[in-house]
Amino acid sequence: MSTHVPAGFKWWSGGKSPYNVSYGKLMMWLFLLSDTFTFGAFLISYGTVRVSHDYWPDPNYVFNAFPFMGHANLPLAFVSLMTFILIMSSVTMVLAVHEGHKRNKYGVQKWLGWTILGGVLFLSCQAWEWTHMITGSSPVLLDGQVQYIGSTITMNPYGPVVQGLTDHGHAVTQTGPVAFGGFFFGITGFHGFHVFSGVLLLVLALVWTRMGRFEKVGHYEMVEKIGLYWHFVDLVWVFVFLCFYLI
Amino acid sequence: MSHQDQHTEHAAVHSHAFESTEITYEHEPAKNTKKIWKTFWILLGLTIAELSLGLSHYAFHIEGGFLLLFIKGAMIILSLMKAVYIVMTFMHLGDELRSFRLTILIPLLLFIWFIAAFLWDGVAYKDLRHKFDRIAPTEQVRPVQPENLN
Repeated sequence: MSTHVPAGFKWWSGGKSPYNVSYGKLMMWLFLLSDTFTFGAFLISYGTVRVSHDYWPDPNYVFNAFPFMGHANLPLAFVSLMTFILIMSSVTMVLAVHEGHKRNKYGVQKWLGWTILGGVLFLSCQAWEWTHMITGSSPVLLDGQVQYIGSTITMNPYGPVVQGLTDHGHAVTQTGPVAFGGFFFGITGFHGFHVFSGVLLLVLALVWTRMGRFEKVGHYEMVEKIGLYWHFVDLVWVFVFLCFYLI
Repeated sequence: MSHQDQHTEHAAVHSHAFESTEITYEHEPAKNTKKIWKTFWILLGLTIAELSLGLSHYAFHIEGGFLLLFIKGAMIILSLMKAVYIVMTFMHLGDELRSFRLTILIPLLLFIWFIAAFLWDGVAYKDLRHKFDRIAPTEQVRPVQPENLN
């Protein structure tokens, strides 16, 4: 793509946007820049607490469940599906923006619809994952007894294995660092909240497209701005995925 | 320079008549969706590479040391590559003016200090724990009694 601008053009001589972006788009970018630092601060504080502990749960052991698969050991399989859904919805979003550039109303509607579906699917997956972590129980040696606990912001069953102690065939562990649950639910929750508000904005864009609002205005820039936000949500997930599930 | 005339010919002032009077020059719409799908396959490939690295230290029981550090470093680099593709292609930052690109990207350099300073602090915290912490009574593991073994 190229801007239709002659060589030697003076952007800063006044009378036009020197960045060649509209006010709304510039403000969306600056908001996303500030949000980058918000998420950055969360993830870095997680890193600070994590390196201050000698022991930290291995994600391959924590995230090994899949819906309808019972107790099958499938490390990282479910979160890979979630990652794929989010990447795919990013692709359908950029296709909606592409159709908007071409002023194809029905193309925009079609791809916005798929993007909304992707967002809703992702949120449903996250709801299942949270439910599984909170209600799922693992044998833990607590106060001298074997107890079954789930993962919450005050309890963490994923501590080091107690050598030689099993309960009904499961290895018994000590409790793990409490900060694990707080950071996991806090950061994936804040990301999930972003996905949720993104879905609301996409629904709004779809309604406005159907009503012909953007045809009247003469451009689909609102779809582009909401698209920027949606891609940012995908971008944050890249780093949440890295920090919680891979490292 | 030979393209200069063509560019001028296409020059079109696009004003958002219904919303404001601000003037921006329209980007030419991409001719097809080839670039989008190419980026999708690249992102998918990078994610699969990340996943296989993440599973490899589980499958081969790499519990620490230089190799684990190397695998984690490789996953970080792959994630940063994904971020560049998302921002430059999907968010079209690569198509914006250089001055705008730099306005968005230069503040991100702050993250170099941000990450280094706070991980350093975490390590200092760990050293303090080693020096002063006593094991809490609940964390003490009782010697295993024979009747507890199933």
